[in-house]
Amino acid sequence: MQLLYFGWIRTRIGTGRETLEPPADITNVKTLVEWLKNRGEGYQEALEDLSVIRVAVNQEMVDLDAAISPGDEVALFPPMTGG
Amino acid sequence: MIKVQEQGFDIGAELAAMTEGNHSVGGQGCFVGLVRDMANEEQISAMTLEHYPGMTEKQLAAIEEEARNRWPLQDVLIIHRYGRLEPGDRIVLVATTSTHREAALESCHFLIDWLKTKAPFWKLEASETGESWVAARDTDDDAAERWAAPSENELEKT
Repeated sequence: MQLLYFGWIRTRIGTGRETLEPPADITNVKTLVEWLKNRGEGYQEALEDLSVIRVAVNQEMVDLDAAISPGDEVALFPPMTGG
Repeated sequence: MIKVQEQGFDIGAELAAMTEGNHSVGGQGCFVGLVRDMANEEQISAMTLEHYPGMTEKQLAAIEEEARNRWPLQDVLIIHRYGRLEPGDRIVLVATTSTHREAALESCHFLIDWLKTKAPFWKLEASETGESWVAARDTDDDAAERWAAPSENELEKT
């Protein structure tokens, strides 16, 4: 699974992109985020507050309960500030 | 047309190119967003825009399509820059053409309001005290929300 991070989520985690293979019981965004939080202090700090995390799966905006599968591109980022 | 680019743009040339040879255009609207030198009472020396290549283009195209569905537009142009910018630099240009002014002006307002909250960009500001990420503002959500239900607005008008 391709994981992408942007904005302060990227800077807190310390990387913008990584390839990970979450366990089989990680089937939606919410459980993925919980699993990521156990990967270290930076992840914990970046993903602490779910209310300020936005998610795109394969470049489409989704909710936290959206399903994910191994080949997906999952991006986690703060609320967007375009314009 | 969507352009996501690092380099600057020439407003006059971009606007002229949209209407060149098309004499059915009666109105052209545009909005230009620039980097301000102050944020939260701090002097800003630079702003770096990060974006999500691939998704950015898709989101902007979807926003353009939404505008075309709502107004009778002849053309839509969105140029959004990324990378390091300084106060006074132009960040974004939205421009629309239509037979009449209402569609051109209203759709521009809509485009920039939706861009603020739906285009995957993030801004890092640099000042004397260091770097900080620009937080999304509730007022931007409210501005985007204003356009959320076109059918209701139309009902109110009638």
